[in-house]
Amino acid sequence: MKQTAGDLPARPADTGFFGRLADDEKVLGRLMLAPAITYIVALIGFPLLLALFYSVSNVTVGTHGWPSFVGLANFRHAIGNPTFPRALWNTLVFALVSQFFVMILATILAISLQREFRGKWVVRLMILLPWVAPISLGSIGWLWMFDSVYSVINWTGRALGIFGKDTWPIWLGQPTLAMGSVITVHVWRLLPLATVILLGGLSGIPKDIHDAAQMDGAGVLRHHFQITVPLVRPIALVALLFGTVYAFTDMIVIYVLTRGGPYETTQVLSTLAFFTGIDGGDLGGGAAIALFLFPVLAACAVLILRFARQAEVT
Amino acid sequence: MATVTIRNLEKRFGDVRAVDGIDLSVEEREFLVLLGPSGCGKTTLLRMIAGLERQTRGDILIGGQVVNDLPPRARKIAMVFQSYALYPHMTVRDNIAFPLKAQGVEKASIPERVERAAAMFGIELFLNRKPRELSGGERQRVALARAVVREPTLFLLDEPLSNLDAKLRTLARDELKQFQRRIGTTTIYVTHDQIEAMGLGDRIVVMCGGKVRQVGSPQEVYDNPADTFVAGFLGSPPMNLLRGDDCTVGFRPERFLPLAVHESREELVPLWFRVNRVEDLGSDRLLYGTLHDTFPNERVIVNLPFTVHFPVVAGGVYEFAIKEKDIKFFDKATGRRTEPRRFWAKR
Repeated sequence: MKQTAGDLPARPADTGFFGRLADDEKVLGRLMLAPAITYIVALIGFPLLLALFYSVSNVTVGTHGWPSFVGLANFRHAIGNPTFPRALWNTLVFALVSQFFVMILATILAISLQREFRGKWVVRLMILLPWVAPISLGSIGWLWMFDSVYSVINWTGRALGIFGKDTWPIWLGQPTLAMGSVITVHVWRLLPLATVILLGGLSGIPKDIHDAAQMDGAGVLRHHFQITVPLVRPIALVALLFGTVYAFTDMIVIYVLTRGGPYETTQVLSTLAFFTGIDGGDLGGGAAIALFLFPVLAACAVLILRFARQAEVT
Repeated sequence: MATVTIRNLEKRFGDVRAVDGIDLSVEEREFLVLLGPSGCGKTTLLRMIAGLERQTRGDILIGGQVVNDLPPRARKIAMVFQSYALYPHMTVRDNIAFPLKAQGVEKASIPERVERAAAMFGIELFLNRKPRELSGGERQRVALARAVVREPTLFLLDEPLSNLDAKLRTLARDELKQFQRRIGTTTIYVTHDQIEAMGLGDRIVVMCGGKVRQVGSPQEVYDNPADTFVAGFLGSPPMNLLRGDDCTVGFRPERFLPLAVHESREELVPLWFRVNRVEDLGSDRLLYGTLHDTFPNERVIVNLPFTVHFPVVAGGVYEFAIKEKDIKFFDKATGRRTEPRRFWAKR
């Protein structure tokens, strides 16, 4: 039957304020976007501009009124500080070494988690836990495990006879061990994210492709390195870059475990910026140190977006 | 070239028997089509032959050799997938070369063999492109080139035409058949499309519920279906199946024609046909109606080709007829075809 306009139920005359609002796409769209924009402006945009402003001023925690412009003095001062090159080097070591291990372990985990086995969900849950737990709590847990007197690692090692009578590593007190320890905790913490991202990438490869590779006669290694790895690469790079940004910017692990010690051997730029700007009260100096990372992170962000788009295409 | 023999093959997924005791033999150079509705086990059967799926029970022999425990790469089989499964990160050239490299073919001979396979399918111009830059038809050719490049003894094709649009599909079907004739490689082809099966197969294996219902040449399967399932699955529109008191009677819609149109009157069974609706499809006319006085409650479809100039209007009753040999009888309980009988005389 043909329906005429007269058959349609008449639209209620009064839909109310919210009804009209919901019908107006333009207004509704803006309204929906508003919280996100407010968030970005208030918590990212404003602090970034503030940091830029601080880095070229002589502002301290004690400054009253308008600070004065000092040009690039804060940057010059930061570079002149003997701790700075050390922290820059540590930042690179911390970020690159931890990402190296994260990527290798995450690949192994993701590939194993693709297989079906009993108790798979328990393993998945355990791997995700470090990500779910608050970082500071997790780090405090590690702090106890690395304790110079009560370290559960040392006592276990001794009980099992792995550590001899004269072996008693001070995990957070010896320079090389301290760096190793903070990197270990950082790897522990970032592994879940990288694993989940890689797992997503792996399961995104159609099963037919794997079957075709098998039919074409590819052995395990060829299959892995010529089919699986290239196909998962764009997504793996996203995981890598995310991890790198985290490693460059996050200071909680180091702050809780070593506070940059011993002898600045685990001092990274983010902790140095914090100690200079907040603990030391030199807001301008802290901002200048923090901004040294900005170009690196901006480049990372651009790369992430590019790879993410590439992953969409293939 | 190889023969394939399948003995009592079974595949269970939990409690489900996807393939339920199949015996089959494929001859050398044969084009065998596995036909059936989705979920009938045809793809599982193909994947077991390929070695991508391990059978629960039974044997698979390729070229007389039991391959039950051989991995796919040791079976010398090439397979074309429904999705074509081209490697998206490789160029067409690398896609085609991949099986050669994987099998350790001498490096120097690879470019020439790739060119030859590409020429076979007219895709020489696309060799440096990535699969995503190709159309559906071109991708299908690349998949075929990748399959033939290493000269397999057996081809497995899993619905390779179903992602093409209708026009291209007819063309591709013809090309595929010609190509198989030319190289003469034994081929097993899976489809749910009965037209593809009829057009391509030397023999058709009709499957349902993990079992083989009938094996035979397209004509055999079409003209003498083994049971009501095969009768109903092949043909568009399918065979008319009319439930009688003691058996089911079947006949093809295009064999039931106006009495006046039949060339001779010998062995003709005349019946009154009441037309309820006429559908003019251009090349054919489909008539929906009932057999007025014999099966008043069963719907009958008649397919009149446009060459039959016989005026029909809805609501009319006409004298139609069918040759006695074109009437098939099926057991009412099992659905299996039974001996022809003098069914009409009784009425």
